[in-house]
Amino acid sequence: MFNGLVNGAFYALLSLGLAVIFGMLRIVNFMHGALYMLGAFAAFALGQLLGLGFWPSLILAPLLVGLLGVVLERGLLSRLYGLEPSYNLLLTFGLTLLTQDLVKQVMLSRFAVSSAPYSPPEVLSGVVNLGFVVFPKYRLFVIALSLVVCLVTWFVIEKTRVGAIIRASTENPVVTRAFGINVSGWVTGVFAVGAALAGLAGVLAAPIYSVEPYMGAELIITTFAVVVIGGMGSIMGSVVTGFAVGVLAAVGAAVYPPIANTLVFILMALVLLVRPSGLFGLPEGAR
Amino acid sequence: MSAVTKLGVTRDPARVTRAAWLIGLGIILLALPHLIYPVLALDILAWGLFAVAFDLLFGFSGLLSFGHAAFWGTSAYLTAYLLGHGQSVPVAIAGGTLSALALAVPVAYLSVRSSGIYFSMITLAFAQMVSFLALQWTDLTGGENGLQGFARPSFLGLDFSDAQVRYYVCLALFTLGFGVAYRAVRSPFGQAQQAVRDSEQRAQSVGYNPARFKFTAFLLSAGLAGLAGAMYTFGHGVVSLEVVNWRTSGEVVMMTLLGGTTTLFGPVIGAGIVLLLRDVLTTANLPVGIVTGVVFVLVVLFFRRGVVGTLQHWLRRR
Repeated sequence: MFNGLVNGAFYALLSLGLAVIFGMLRIVNFMHGALYMLGAFAAFALGQLLGLGFWPSLILAPLLVGLLGVVLERGLLSRLYGLEPSYNLLLTFGLTLLTQDLVKQVMLSRFAVSSAPYSPPEVLSGVVNLGFVVFPKYRLFVIALSLVVCLVTWFVIEKTRVGAIIRASTENPVVTRAFGINVSGWVTGVFAVGAALAGLAGVLAAPIYSVEPYMGAELIITTFAVVVIGGMGSIMGSVVTGFAVGVLAAVGAAVYPPIANTLVFILMALVLLVRPSGLFGLPEGAR
Repeated sequence: MSAVTKLGVTRDPARVTRAAWLIGLGIILLALPHLIYPVLALDILAWGLFAVAFDLLFGFSGLLSFGHAAFWGTSAYLTAYLLGHGQSVPVAIAGGTLSALALAVPVAYLSVRSSGIYFSMITLAFAQMVSFLALQWTDLTGGENGLQGFARPSFLGLDFSDAQVRYYVCLALFTLGFGVAYRAVRSPFGQAQQAVRDSEQRAQSVGYNPARFKFTAFLLSAGLAGLAGAMYTFGHGVVSLEVVNWRTSGEVVMMTLLGGTTTLFGPVIGAGIVLLLRDVLTTANLPVGIVTGVVFVLVVLFFRRGVVGTLQHWLRRR
């Protein structure tokens, strides 16, 4: 149940990034799982090469992944705007294959490992007694930080001037540009933030799941299901559904273990039957 | 396209080109197992038909399924299961194909109501359900170990332990499947399907029901993907979890794009190129994922017509 919340925290962070990128840019970023893996890998590599510990990596790795996001959006994805969103999906799928095998090669040749453990910082090791349950400190930290990040992102996009500019840039770029706003700059920024969120999830995951080139591969598919259930592009929907799915899977696993991984897809089929646009999504025509 | 009149006979140049493609492809496929080793040739046939099936939905209906591995894989497993339980080869292949078709009914019903990227995500999620099921249901699928060592009893005096024989049996099945796709695309049904793809509203206003066309196209596509999956099992004699992995769904998209969508010949040629490329890379011990990833990215960015599409475009302009 509580461990479900930890998984849920990762689902929420990842689907939040996906929802921001899809909701704002209409890009289905298949590469999100690979960016998550790159976040974890960056933390590992920074530790090996520069001797940096968890805390600096927690800041630096998402920054690096966000920077890569800028390069990807400017260099590749922006060439596909105006085409079917399918092409974005295909491009990012190709990039995923490329990234996974590239990291695999680097890990093998430079670091001579195919999978590496990563330790949490000293302060967060050990357990904490919450009264009703004894829980590892680090996992509690992951849940808390993820909640904070999700809330801040939601607040910025829905309630602030920055959020208003972003929404205007994506809903009506021509008019927004006429107001003197640098639309393509904001678009790049949004993609970079979405990528950095995936990177952050990756660093947070490294001490729990260890660093491995294919660690994002299965997770991204579950995340897609979360986004579909929550309603594609809905930020609130992805966060709430992310945590809910994590808990539900944990409860399901306690009752009948084999069902844990399938539960999210069964749930998705059920939701689609009743509400094709997802729990928090607007109907397709209503955008 | 204008018709060419020569000595009073009207000839449709598009038809001539199609005939040339058909004959060319036929000759290549007949000679293939003598040019490369037969198991690789078998792979090209199975994946080629799989890609044709995918293109029937993507190229001709505009629906990007990112979960076609579900149909290919279900059929591959069921064919293996039936062979392992003493059924004859034709029964196993038919059973596999039908299982894919049966699975397609609920999936199509739920997914064709959405379009665009929503459709892709939903098909992907269903394929994942199948993939998890394949992992868990070890009695049927062998779980992590997969299924192997099943019999392929000889039929009508054909010895299936010979890869050449298996190739020509698969070529017959491929021709059957390709023929069905070819007929479907050229039929009034296929024309209506393309009208729905180009403008759903316009098609609706002339009296077509878009949802029904998409549903039928989905079933046809899934059935042919199932036939291809059965061919794969029959050809290889091994089935593993790889057949239901999401990478498989992505690979068939890549083959189709590389060869050229909406051409029917394109997907087959794309499958051939990808499999030959992979064979060369593996033999030379080069990183397969990196090279195929780069090829994929370049195709999406600069080469969206694919090989056959580009060739046709170039021939037409001359």
